[in-house]
Amino acid sequence: MTYPPSYRYTTQHEWIDAKDGVGTIGITDYAQHELGDVVFVELPKPGAKVQAGKSFGTVESVKAVSEIYAPVSGEVVEANADLETTPEKLNSDPHKSAWLIRIKLADQAELAKLMDAKAYDAFISEKNKEASA
Amino acid sequence: MTERFKKASQHVSQNERLIFETSSRGKRAFELPPLDVPPADAAKVLGHYHRDEGVSDFPEVSEIEVVRHFTRLSTWNYAIDLGMYPLGSCTMKYNPRVNEFVARLDGIATEHPYQPQELSQGCLKIIKLLEDCLLEITGMDSITLQPAAGAQGELTGLLLIRAYLQKQGNPRKKVLIPDSAHGTNPATAVIAGYQVENIKSESHGQIDVEKLRDLVTEDVAALMITNPSTLGIFEPRIAEIADILHRQGALLYMDGANMNALTGITRPGDMGVDVMHLNLHKTFSTPHGGGGPGAGPVAMKKILEPFRPTPVLIEKDGGRLLLDANRPESIGRVKAFAGNFGVLVRALAYILAYGPGIRQATEDAVLNATYIRKKLEGVFELPYSLPSMHEVVFSDARQKQNGVNTMDIAKRLIDYGFHPYTTAFPLIVAGAMMIEPTESESKEECDLFIGAMKSIAHEAATNPQLVKTAPHTTRVGRLDEVGAARKPILRWKQAPARSEAAD
Amino acid sequence: MRYLPKSPDERKQMLAVVGGKSIDELFSSVPEQYRLKKALDLPGPLSEAEIIQYFKARAGENSLGYTSFLGAGVYNHLRSVITDTIIQRGEFLTSYTPYQAEITQGTLQSIFEFQTLMCQLTGQEVANASMYDGSTAATEAVLMAERLTSRRRVLVARSVHPEYRAVLKTYAKNSGLTVEEVPISVDGTVDTKVLQSSLKEDVAAVLVQSPNFLGVIEPIADLANIAHKVGALLVATVTEAVSLGLVNPPAEADIVALEGQSFGLAPSYGGPYVGVIASREKFVRQMPGRLVGQTTDSNGRRGFVLTLATREQHIRREKATSNICTNQALCALAVTVHLCLLGKEGLREMAHQNLSKARFALTELEKIPGVRRAFDAPFFNEFTIELPRSVKLVNAQLLREKIVGPFVLGTAYPELTKHALVCVTETITRVEIEKFASALRSALQQPV
Repeated sequence: MTYPPSYRYTTQHEWIDAKDGVGTIGITDYAQHELGDVVFVELPKPGAKVQAGKSFGTVESVKAVSEIYAPVSGEVVEANADLETTPEKLNSDPHKSAWLIRIKLADQAELAKLMDAKAYDAFISEKNKEASA
Repeated sequence: MTERFKKASQHVSQNERLIFETSSRGKRAFELPPLDVPPADAAKVLGHYHRDEGVSDFPEVSEIEVVRHFTRLSTWNYAIDLGMYPLGSCTMKYNPRVNEFVARLDGIATEHPYQPQELSQGCLKIIKLLEDCLLEITGMDSITLQPAAGAQGELTGLLLIRAYLQKQGNPRKKVLIPDSAHGTNPATAVIAGYQVENIKSESHGQIDVEKLRDLVTEDVAALMITNPSTLGIFEPRIAEIADILHRQGALLYMDGANMNALTGITRPGDMGVDVMHLNLHKTFSTPHGGGGPGAGPVAMKKILEPFRPTPVLIEKDGGRLLLDANRPESIGRVKAFAGNFGVLVRALAYILAYGPGIRQATEDAVLNATYIRKKLEGVFELPYSLPSMHEVVFSDARQKQNGVNTMDIAKRLIDYGFHPYTTAFPLIVAGAMMIEPTESESKEECDLFIGAMKSIAHEAATNPQLVKTAPHTTRVGRLDEVGAARKPILRWKQAPARSEAAD
Repeated sequence: MRYLPKSPDERKQMLAVVGGKSIDELFSSVPEQYRLKKALDLPGPLSEAEIIQYFKARAGENSLGYTSFLGAGVYNHLRSVITDTIIQRGEFLTSYTPYQAEITQGTLQSIFEFQTLMCQLTGQEVANASMYDGSTAATEAVLMAERLTSRRRVLVARSVHPEYRAVLKTYAKNSGLTVEEVPISVDGTVDTKVLQSSLKEDVAAVLVQSPNFLGVIEPIADLANIAHKVGALLVATVTEAVSLGLVNPPAEADIVALEGQSFGLAPSYGGPYVGVIASREKFVRQMPGRLVGQTTDSNGRRGFVLTLATREQHIRREKATSNICTNQALCALAVTVHLCLLGKEGLREMAHQNLSKARFALTELEKIPGVRRAFDAPFFNEFTIELPRSVKLVNAQLLREKIVGPFVLGTAYPELTKHALVCVTETITRVEIEKFASALRSALQQPV
């Protein structure tokens, strides 16, 4: 799977697609692959505040539970209701229909601190090299 | 699969439904003696508290159906009585039957924890003797038998440490835990109100002593060590480690899960350990029973003695024993009553059977593990070179090259008539295969195990699919754990009425 | 040694393979100065017969031959011999935790049945595969409520078992929970006036017990309503599980912590017993302890597995919902077998015998001058009486009649100076009840 060029990425494997002050956040294909079959997702409610670098929810597979960290700060506008009934979407379509939350951005400037698709790709390749070393 | 290595050919299977599916109205299994007093009018006496319908959908079956149901179910289980469990860190040894017998004696099983102490001297003597034996084995000064299991023992140990440090003026903030530790260690530290600082083990699962010097600050309350480590390797510098901690006013906690490598050979108390727990259901042979009960006594040095959970066993003049709850500095209770007495009885019976010769069990356990390690050394990857004690950890690195991992090998081992070894633990070895035979295995059983493992390694190289889709001879194949977690069905429910023909 | 399956020859052979000259070499990694030079000073070795002799001698120093009217959290009930027959089968007794589901379907299915039985009994939607005992189950239930509400204050009825309250206190101290006690009202139930005035939106849970430590049944439905008004959860503890055969279950409670000892487990001087947490499905991910779920294999065959394990210590480590690892599987199995034997009618009949015998005992005791029933509210098989003098002294005299008298409530409730908690189960005969009444009458007639 290629990493959408318009998105930005974190070292904790989250992505954010920001447009007009609203950011859609999800986890990357690399993350879902590491987790294995997703069985449950815990997300905040609309109105909740998220802070850059702090955990806002969890993604649970059979063998692990992973915290999800906010790439930037903001206020939750919507949480993806689909994931309540079909959490497995995270495995098949992590970059599009299995988005996690939509937030109102608190500070556009925070986006600049994140990686672009090319940098994230390189970051992942390094990780894969380490793993097989 | 070569015949020569097969220990069991087929796992037993019978069709047996849930007991609720066998149930039908009006059947009964147990009858009581007739009521010899005037019957109470339940509706009148209990008023709106009266459960007039009884428990809905409760099973209604006859005695023979209960016996058959559970007998059939039991045949679906593997057990120590059937063969070896090479489960690392579990110490699956023989559960002596005389222990079961004595725990059920009238006058032992029948005793109420609140009965007068003058009618409980037998029970109290049992507790006292076990305490004395465990102190002798661990080299410690004082002990509590109250914790219900290892994890509760760990909590008790940490609470003792906290109380001691609190008395000195500062309970401190952190507990250091090696990344090779059992999951109960960090989970327990958090419950005890401490932050966990994970410390990286060095390549043999040992504590990096030089790094430790920098890590032990005045914020550190304790280090939780497992010795031998979860890799089965003895921590040779443990006394030094204890010293580093003590100089900073911190304490050394030892997870005693691996006592099967040390009993009769050496004593943690002699090496600077301040407090430790024991798993009676591991080292001391009390049965696992499918997951419990266990018991997790905590042995400690004198400095922690005043903080022991209540009640504490004391001896009065004339040898009379008594449980004393008047302990002002105690951390309180961790469990109701005095402890899992029935489990304590079994552990004492085990110790009495061996006496001073208990060392021989340890020797045989280490001999078995070392023998298996030697025989499998060329076959599976051994990620370190130091000698193992009672357990050995291999990795699936070689077999991984053909896409076969530790879980697959473990599942294939089932087809050879064994229970799998411990997979994927400790976390510091990728693809870990942790094997602990215990002293209860004969040379023959060890050889059968070795043969099976060699055969599987061969299969992994020549026919990996066979291994990856194992087991093939069990009643059910690999189960859908993902489905179970996504849409959990955690109980049986009465189905809505439908015609018999649908069945 | 009979537990060690190796001959001296075999040891030699294996040692040769390993390349060592003596067994001692296998321990070379233990520094010389810490290696024991002589054998441990332990009693034994004893043969099987001697072990039995030792424990029989201890048994003779306990309470054989006495009739007991003690309850207070541990109950004598009839147990079928079949329970032991089943749980002593090697495949159950000596089996490991069912992490490898393919070869532990026996354990897993029986736990699934156990979970079902617990739901049916308590009126809750989901139950776990057991906790260590009722006291730790009650504590874990309170901690669960704390996680669910993110609040840190807990109100505990004083009528909850004193040792359960003590265990909660130990755990709460280190988790930053404040625990406050709510007094008992005149009729023996929890004081709802005080409860209501103490309830604010910082309360995570209200913990009660029913029947409570004084034997009295608490109004669970009312208490649930009161707690819910401020968004607190009601945690109900049941120490005498047989009561559920005739008394309405605490279905309105949010979390139930049950002690299962009454269902086929011997008193065994305090343990091992079995605790259970039962609750609503929506809270399941915050529930500690093991859970067994139903699933299928690739051939569509029904099977059972441990599930939702990500809550547990072996995966979550420091973020686990609890540190619990072992449960009480064999005890839970004994309970399962026992309940299947009792069945719907057997449990109801057993409960009815308890109700009847306790009432008969109270009637007989009330005939004794100076003895009065302390609390008016309905009870099951335990009730509190007030005597005209110290219960301890009276019990000393009862002992001479080979009767273990009722629990001295003054030890746990200082204001209940002359009160005793009498428990009568189906195991006590009419003759024994009459003898107890007569002995009590005599004891009270003795000069002080």
